Amino acid sequence: MNLEYGPEYERFRAEVRDFLTRNGHRAPEPAQRAARPTAEAVVWQNLLLERGYTARTIPREYGGYGAAPNILEARIIAEEFVRASVPGGLSNQGISMLVPTLLELGTEEQKRRWIEPTLRGEIVWCQGYSEPGAGSDLASLRTSAREENGHFVINGQKIWTSTARQADMIFCLVRTETEAPKHAGISYLIFSMDLPGIEVRPLKTMTGHAEFNETFFTDVRVPVDQIVGQRGQGWFVANATLGHERGMLGDPDALESRLLALIRLMQEEQVGCARAIDNPVLRDRLVALQAEVAAMKYNGMRVLSNQLKGDPGGMAKLIVKLQSCELAHQISALAIDAMGELGILYGGSPREREGGNWQWNYMFQLGLIIGGGTAQIQKNIIAERGLNMPREPRLALDAAQSRKEVA
Amino acid sequence: MDFGLSPEQEMLRDTVGRCLSEICPLDHVRSCLDAGSAVSDQVAAALHDIGLTGLMVPEAHGGLGMTLLDAAVAAEQLGRAVAPAPFLARSVLAPLALMLAGSEAQQDEWLPRIASGEVRFGVAIGGIVEERDGAKVRAGDGRLTGTALFALDLAGADHFIVADDSGRLHLLAATATGVERIALQTIDATRSVGELRLTGAPAEPLADDGGLAARRLRDAGRVLLAADSLGAGEVMIEKAVAYAGEREQFGRVIGSFQAVKHMCAEMAARHEPCRALVWYAAHAFDAVPEAAALVACHAKSLTGEVHRFVARTATEVHGGMGFTDLLGLHFWFKRIGFDRQVFGGPERVRFEAAQLQGLTATT
Repeated sequence: MNLEYGPEYERFRAEVRDFLTRNGHRAPEPAQRAARPTAEAVVWQNLLLERGYTARTIPREYGGYGAAPNILEARIIAEEFVRASVPGGLSNQGISMLVPTLLELGTEEQKRRWIEPTLRGEIVWCQGYSEPGAGSDLASLRTSAREENGHFVINGQKIWTSTARQADMIFCLVRTETEAPKHAGISYLIFSMDLPGIEVRPLKTMTGHAEFNETFFTDVRVPVDQIVGQRGQGWFVANATLGHERGMLGDPDALESRLLALIRLMQEEQVGCARAIDNPVLRDRLVALQAEVAAMKYNGMRVLSNQLKGDPGGMAKLIVKLQSCELAHQISALAIDAMGELGILYGGSPREREGGNWQWNYMFQLGLIIGGGTAQIQKNIIAERGLNMPREPRLALDAAQSRKEVA
Repeated sequence: MDFGLSPEQEMLRDTVGRCLSEICPLDHVRSCLDAGSAVSDQVAAALHDIGLTGLMVPEAHGGLGMTLLDAAVAAEQLGRAVAPAPFLARSVLAPLALMLAGSEAQQDEWLPRIASGEVRFGVAIGGIVEERDGAKVRAGDGRLTGTALFALDLAGADHFIVADDSGRLHLLAATATGVERIALQTIDATRSVGELRLTGAPAEPLADDGGLAARRLRDAGRVLLAADSLGAGEVMIEKAVAYAGEREQFGRVIGSFQAVKHMCAEMAARHEPCRALVWYAAHAFDAVPEAAALVACHAKSLTGEVHRFVARTATEVHGGMGFTDLLGLHFWFKRIGFDRQVFGGPERVRFEAAQLQGLTATT
C-alpha cells in the first residue's frame, strides 16, 4: 500500500495548482444544465487545451495536447480542479464518446475534420442510440438507412437524445443491412442536425424540465462516407463508446462533493431548536452513506492502481455504475428528508432551498439509474462477466430461428 | 502509487490461506465444535508455525514486526476458513497493548513470550465501547474489582489485558487470586468469549494514558473484525454462485434465472467496495493515525451491514438446503453475526463516527 504519487508527480501537481491559483478566477460559473458552452466557457476550454489540462492525451494534429497516456497525471488534474472548486474542461457526449471512437476507428479525414472543433466546443454533438422499441436491447433498433445514389436515406425515431436541440451534429446507430442478424446489421453514422427531414421534439421528464428529446428522421439523406467503421460494424463501433459512458457516470469525486453539500445542509437546516443533523435517525443515515462513499472512493483508487498495472479493473470496476448511481440517489433522498416539510418545495417557490437542486437531483438521478445501462442490465453484467454465471437462455433468438425455419 | 497489497502481503495471504485449507476444512471445524471446543489445537499450532503468533511483535522482541494491514490480510483468511483459532486478542490486540502502553520493562518481559507462544493472552476491553448489565472494572491499589464482559480469545488464555472504567489497561494473570472466568455461549461457536469476574485481583497497570491505548485497541479490533467479515462474506458469495451454477429446477440451472443472478450481483456489488475500505482502514491505522478511528468505524459499520445482507441472501440462494446444517453455511452466517456486533454494532459505531467529526449536538 503506497498512496504517494512520487516526487515527479508532486511537481506536476504543483504546476497544476499554480495554474489554478493564477487562472482559476477566469473559469466560468459551473452551468449545470446548459448544453451549449457559453463564450466564456469556450475561452476557458481553449486555455485548458493549450495547457494540456483537458484532452491531454489527444494527438496535437487533432487539437489535443499530445501527452502520453498517464493515469496519474489525469487523476492529479481531476483532484486539483475539484480541490480548487474550478470547473475542468468541457464534458459532453461529443468529447467523452464520439472523440474516443473516432480516435480508435475513424478515418484520418474524419479525425482531422471533427475532433478539434469538438474539443474547442465549436461543434456540439448528440447521441442517437436508443429508440422507443430499443432500450436495454439496443441492438434491436429499427431506424433504417437504405443506400441510394451515394447517400443513406434515414427513416425512424430516436429517443433520449439529450442536447439534440442545441446540437450541430449527431452520431447515430442505424440499420443498414435488413437481412443480417440483429447485431450485424447496424452502422454508425455521423451527420448534421440541420439536414432536411430531422425534427426534434423536447421530451419533458418527471423533473418538469426537458433534459432529453425525441428525434424523428424522415428521408434524411446522408453521404455514404459519413460512416464510422465499416457497414454492419456499427454495434462494435458503438460498444467502444458505451464503456466511456459507464465510466462517466461513476465519479467518486462527484459523490464526495454531494455528500459534503448534504452535511452542510443538515448542519444549516433548523427544525425547531435543533439542527437536522441533531436528529439521531437522520444522522445515522448520513454516516451510513458516508461509509459507502468512502468505500467507493478507495474502490476507485484500487481500480486506478489496477489500471496502472494494465489490469482492466475486474469486479471493482464492473460495480461502479450500479453503486455510484444508487448512492447519489440516496444522498439526494436524505437531503429531502432532512428538509422535512420544506422538502416538497420546488420550481422557484418561496422558501425553496438551493434552487430546488436536491429535488431535481433526486428525480434526475433516478433517470441515471435507468439510463446508460439500467440497474438490472448492470446486475446481469456483474453476474455474467464478474461472477461467470450462466447467461439467460436466448429465447428471442430461438424464437426468431424457429420463425425462419417455419417460413 | 499502489493501492493494494504488496507482493509480501499477497504471499502472506496465500500462505495463511493454503495452511487453513489443508488443516482447517469445514469437517475439522465441525469436529472441534462437536467436541465442545472453540479452539482447534491443530489450527492454532499450524498458525503458530507460519508465524502468526508473533505477527505484530516488533522484530527486536522476536516477532515479525508487521502492520495492521498484514494482520487484516491474515484475519480475512481466518474468516474465510471460519477458523476456530485464537488470533484477534492473542496475536494482535495483546501485543499492541504492550507496544502502546507498556513500559520498556513490560515490553521486554512480555513481548518475546507472546511471540514465542509461551504466554497466551485474552483481551477484555468491551467496557470502553458499551457498558452493559452494570458490568465494569474498578482499579485501585494494584487490584481490579468488578466484571469485564466479552473477554476475547478466552479459552486457553493464561493472561489478560483488561480495561478499567477509566479506560486504563491492566495486565492480569489468569491464575491470580480473585479471578473467576465464565465462558459465554454465543451464536458463533468458532470464537471463545467469556467474562472475567474480579474480586481484588492483583494486576499490573500499563501506562495511565487517558484511555488512548484502549481506544487504539478498539480501532484495531474493529478493522480486524471487518476483515474477518470480508473473508466470511466472500466465501458465502462464492458458495451461492457455485450452488446456483449446479442446482437445476424447471430444467435449468437456477443461476440462469435473473431473480437468482441478481441476488448474486447485488451481493458482489455491495461486497466489493468493502475490500478497498477495509484495506484503507488497516493501512490508516499505522500510516494515517489521525484518520484511523473514523475510517475504522466506517469499515466496521459498512461490513456489518453489507455482510448481514450477504449472509441472508447467500443462504436464500441455496434455498432449503441453505437453512440446513448439512451444507454448513450457517458457520459463516454466524461468524458474520459475531463480527457485526463485537466492538459495537453499526448504529453504535456510526454514532462514534459522528462524534469524531463533531457532527453531534454540542449541548
